[in-house]
Amino acid sequence: MIEIRFHGRGGQGTVVLTTLLAHGLFKAGYEVQSFPFFGVERRGAPVEAYLRLDKKKILARTNVTAPDHVVVQDQTLLNSIDVTKGLKPGGWILLNCSTPPSDMSRFGNNRVAIVDAGRIALKHKLGSRTSPIVNTAMMGAFARMMETPPMKDIIAAIREEVPSDPEANVAAAQEAYQEVVILGLITSEDKK
Amino acid sequence: MKRVLEGSHAVAEAVRLANVQVVSAYPITPQTHIVEIISDYCAKGKMNAKFIPVESEHSCLAALVGAQSAGVRTFTATSSQGLALMHEILHWVSAARLPIVMVDVNRALGPGWNIWTDQTDSLSQRDTGWIQLYCEDGQEVLDTTLQAFRLAERVNLPVMVVLDAFFLSHTYEPVDVPEQKEVDRFLPSYSPRFNLDTRNPYTLSPLVTPAFYMEMRHDMALAMDEAMTCFAEIEEEYAALFNRRYGSVEAVTCDDAEIILVTSGTITSTTRLLLEELRAKGEKVGLLKMKMFRPFPVEAVCRALGRAKKVAVIDRNFSFGAGGVFAQEIKAALYKLPVRPTVFGYIAGLGGRDVTTDILEEIYIKTRETDLPSQESIWIGLQEVKYAN
Repeated sequence: MIEIRFHGRGGQGTVVLTTLLAHGLFKAGYEVQSFPFFGVERRGAPVEAYLRLDKKKILARTNVTAPDHVVVQDQTLLNSIDVTKGLKPGGWILLNCSTPPSDMSRFGNNRVAIVDAGRIALKHKLGSRTSPIVNTAMMGAFARMMETPPMKDIIAAIREEVPSDPEANVAAAQEAYQEVVILGLITSEDKK
Repeated sequence: MKRVLEGSHAVAEAVRLANVQVVSAYPITPQTHIVEIISDYCAKGKMNAKFIPVESEHSCLAALVGAQSAGVRTFTATSSQGLALMHEILHWVSAARLPIVMVDVNRALGPGWNIWTDQTDSLSQRDTGWIQLYCEDGQEVLDTTLQAFRLAERVNLPVMVVLDAFFLSHTYEPVDVPEQKEVDRFLPSYSPRFNLDTRNPYTLSPLVTPAFYMEMRHDMALAMDEAMTCFAEIEEEYAALFNRRYGSVEAVTCDDAEIILVTSGTITSTTRLLLEELRAKGEKVGLLKMKMFRPFPVEAVCRALGRAKKVAVIDRNFSFGAGGVFAQEIKAALYKLPVRPTVFGYIAGLGGRDVTTDILEEIYIKTRETDLPSQESIWIGLQEVKYAN
């Protein structure tokens, strides 16, 4: 079983991101489970959501505290939240950022991929400059980083589940799939 | 067809497929997604039902008393304080023998104000005359909601389908949604045994003197007993069509088990995981999942637990001055056996606190390592509290 934790801010579509990925992964043949950590949500406040995938029926009904991988929808969360808490060594961190963080040491022994999902979202007129809707771009980057689900399943999930302008969202996902930068394993030499 | 659905959405799909004619609801977290989807279905004509928005849960159930008395199939959903506010009408519905179906999404009662899962809301309604069925995953939620209409209408008692907040209500997972024509074969349109009719006017629920009240209550008691056998029959019919059955209880590797963990709701799924691990290590452990709480499945419980040495009941609820509600009921059920297992009552996960495999394993080990429970209720995972002076 693979467990993934998603970090975002209220209003960024973090819960929807995990749900859309669950749809895409299910199409690709996985058993899936996704759910939010339901707190007292406010716009801009940190939000967590979880995704599990497996080849057999998923029985765990608990929050994800030791994730295999982590997705961060908002770079500014790095200042306030330990997004790597409990993350297994070697696990991926997918980070939405315009420039890579100057200090990579916090990601030591993990693999990192970065994507400028905000820029991609704006290019496709998803959301506004102050609050771009980045979740479908993040889907494309996720699919490339994880090498699953296939883009055809990502696209089908968006077309079926996104009510507003699905084609712009598909285009954002496809562009992020191409543009995501796979930095790979951060070793001790990268720590400075 | 299997679709990835939220637990709340699984409820809404079942209600749509059940051809419910009147829905009334007042929104409360974590029930909201259920009634949002249903009201959308009603607005868009995907359900041919009237949706009655109301100003409180008390009015909500009162509206359904009217609608169901007029002879239509009805539904509502609520949680926590909302269910508590319905309390007076809960008694009314069952004694008026109205087969209303309700979903309660288990949420803690305040204060402290808490929106997360806790079974005390539904379990504290145990004496209201409602059948209660607890669910473990999205598929069981859909199946049980469909079965609930059949069961309610068969015995003329209301049914409460119960699911955990968030861990089930807000969790997306694959759910097989049956076709309308298949559901219609299982659940035909509603034909009431009695209903208000202006062409043949009479009064429902009039004054009943001591000369008849007791017989009415006895008749309700018989109907509740009958619900046990009817549920089994309805499940058989459902399984013949959809190939899924759950049972009033489910006993997993209880036959040779020395210790049996008793669970309900989503804690059951996580316990299944632990059970696999413990069995792989050679531990003689079993699991008893409680689906049906009213009527209480005494015979099935005795059959499953009778050979065990110890039973650990995990309650995500509490009755003050008594203990965990499932533990109390299990103890009462086992009393009829000449030789009984020792029952340990554990309280865990109140107010939505996570019940992990580590916590469940701690419960198992505590039970294995002690001969007798140290207290009536053993609270698991309590933090040290610093009190203000």
